[in-house]
Amino acid sequence: MPKFDFEVITMGHGSGGLLTHRLLKSGVFDILKNEWLDQQHDGAILNINGKIAFSSDSYVVSPIFFPGGNIGDLAINGTVNDLAMCGANAEYLSLSFIIEEGLRMEELWQILLTIKKAADKAGVVVVTGDTKVVEKGKGDKIFINTSGIGNIHPKANIHHNRIKEGDVVIVSGNIASHGIAIMSVREGLEFETTIETDSLPLNHMVMLLLDQFGENIKFLRDATRGGIASVLNEVAEITSHGIYIDQKLIPVEEQVDGACEMLGLDPLYVANEGVFLCIVDAESANDALNLLKSTQKFDHASIIGHVTTENKGKVIMKSKVGGTRMVNFLPGEQLPRIC
Amino acid sequence: MKYLSEFRDPALVEDFLNEIHKITTQPWTLMEICGGQTHSLVKNGIPALLPDKITLVHGPGCPVCVTSIGIIDEAIYLAQQRDIILCSFGDMLRVPGSQKSLLEVKAEGADVRILYSPLEAVKLAEENPNKQVVFFAVGFETTAPANALSVVLAAQYKLENYSILASHVLVPPAMEAILSDENNTIDAFLAAGHVCTIMGLDEYYPIAQKYKCPIVVTGFEPVDLLQGILMAVTQLEKGEYKVENQYSRSVLPQGNLIAQQTIHQVFEVNDRVWRGIGNIPQSGYDVNTVFKKYNARLKFNIDIIPAEENKECISGDIMKGLKKPKQCPNFGTKCKPEHPLGAPMVSSEGACAAYYHYAEH
Amino acid sequence: MCLAIPGKIIEITSQLDETFRTAKVSFGGILKEINLYMTPDAHIGDYVLVHVGVAISKVDEEEAVKIFSYLKDMGEVEELEPSND
Repeated sequence: MPKFDFEVITMGHGSGGLLTHRLLKSGVFDILKNEWLDQQHDGAILNINGKIAFSSDSYVVSPIFFPGGNIGDLAINGTVNDLAMCGANAEYLSLSFIIEEGLRMEELWQILLTIKKAADKAGVVVVTGDTKVVEKGKGDKIFINTSGIGNIHPKANIHHNRIKEGDVVIVSGNIASHGIAIMSVREGLEFETTIETDSLPLNHMVMLLLDQFGENIKFLRDATRGGIASVLNEVAEITSHGIYIDQKLIPVEEQVDGACEMLGLDPLYVANEGVFLCIVDAESANDALNLLKSTQKFDHASIIGHVTTENKGKVIMKSKVGGTRMVNFLPGEQLPRIC
Repeated sequence: MKYLSEFRDPALVEDFLNEIHKITTQPWTLMEICGGQTHSLVKNGIPALLPDKITLVHGPGCPVCVTSIGIIDEAIYLAQQRDIILCSFGDMLRVPGSQKSLLEVKAEGADVRILYSPLEAVKLAEENPNKQVVFFAVGFETTAPANALSVVLAAQYKLENYSILASHVLVPPAMEAILSDENNTIDAFLAAGHVCTIMGLDEYYPIAQKYKCPIVVTGFEPVDLLQGILMAVTQLEKGEYKVENQYSRSVLPQGNLIAQQTIHQVFEVNDRVWRGIGNIPQSGYDVNTVFKKYNARLKFNIDIIPAEENKECISGDIMKGLKKPKQCPNFGTKCKPEHPLGAPMVSSEGACAAYYHYAEH
Repeated sequence: MCLAIPGKIIEITSQLDETFRTAKVSFGGILKEINLYMTPDAHIGDYVLVHVGVAISKVDEEEAVKIFSYLKDMGEVEELEPSND
């Protein structure tokens, strides 16, 4: 870590003066170096051809460091993944910080290094950005916004209105790991676990799927807040189809299951950062699944159900013991329960 | 996970279901008293697998549903005090008081924390000597020893900044209240396995005898619940009314004596108002005089006039088993989890919420 | 009401006096510090039922397996009873 003037972020670092300049120079420009950022201009001038996707997302996670990652890789992967779900390969990102006075410089440095690593892994370049500092108590350590653009894959035709009866629902991996990793370090709930966030750039895999199955990939969505249950409900509602899933086919790691049992949570509603749902034509379903499973990152992928004309607009799940129940939207955040 | 997965075995579930179907010749109404059982039944889709002749009604066994509006208002009042950290289990945050819920006052800036255990609250009091830490101690007999233990520990550590807002409720008096209602239709009870793990079976024999009502102490997994139902129906079909223990891997006849001792060290039995049901004599625990320093009501001189409950909510009839959630004119229309009229729609275990979320309405 | 789940005692982490012990308990591999004061007869390797951070009972292995032969035993009892047809 380079030597900064202060051990913590002060209001001066947001003043636009010398402190801001020094922070950006050694903290941001040196790490994220590229031909656009090097110009240190207010914006980036880019060459883009054809159809692009554009997405923006803000990151406000607490705590900012958690098993397997921190707010930095969430901020990169989140926007890369939102673009991937449109069928686009992220190319350029903007990166904006809102930092609360008092954040330790060392923590910011850690986050920046993580951002660099995540951007390289996703194959995306940070070309412009912004830094603001707010008074103590006006933020929560650090908030990050990233926006990004990328070209749409030529074979992509992703739209919920292409979903039809008989289409198959695939989940790309073990669910609920990210939410449980965060919970494990939440004050008042802490437990020891080797579970880490599943934060991951999904663009490379999505491009492979589109290369091979093109139009047969009807719909993609990463199951972040609200978990896979929320995504499935959104799909059921917007398409007016029913969705039928089988609980025993939904992959959950044992430790995640254990944590959910202990805290009284339902893994269907727990957040993910590197898991997506893919609705695909029945004829391609097995091949698409095999493509996913042929890689180490998606080796737990599973077909979990299909689209039906029954129970229109609803998600129905067959339980492990053979009963059926409805899987609804939750009214708010899922809270740990004792009862 | 051991002791969970084997009690969720689909083949065994099927065997028990077949046996229940085989022996059921008459219509029977069973009440599972405990919200945890309601949750498990509905989440696993079990009610639809049972014979049509068997009706399950969901009892008042959910502290979130039965904690009176007045106590929620007390918790909210405490949370709004500047130097108080109010700690609670996650369950209580969405329950509407007369004006707001704890979640809403948290959004307004109150320091409300969700904890897994009351022992964490004691730790929080140690770490924050300049703050008053109050734990919202709700629950049935199962939770009472842990909540009592937090007080014992705070006293041992000589903490001046820890207290509890106690709102404990007891199962047997509620069962009596339900059975003595002239409109009551309950033929048998599945008693709460974890409550009995603490308290044992003694309190249930007189109830079974007096009301000629079979009581089967039952666990929480699908196979447990089906075995409990099978045992209850077997008794009903034979005209018996015994107390039986399906959950013997956890429940000893005498219960857990250390736990009982801790409860009696800190708490005394008192009358308690149940939301939707009203006052039930000798049906709750409050902090006794020995530990009155740790009683948040006395410590902070709470003096709130108990508010009226929402007249449109029929939760009392639902929790007594007189009506099913779908028989409420407001179910799913005026009353939904996102704007509940009463507690059973809030708690993840409330009968109304369980129906709303899991049953195909 | 009263969510309690079985976990396995992995190690005793502190012993303040004869009854007051804490332990690391595993729930499917996650470890949580649990208070054992109510289960003085529970030792490493035993399963305890845990509610809000406190073990409320030791799971009885012998009693637990009875459920698997219950239906069979029931059938045998029925066969022993004289039938009324």
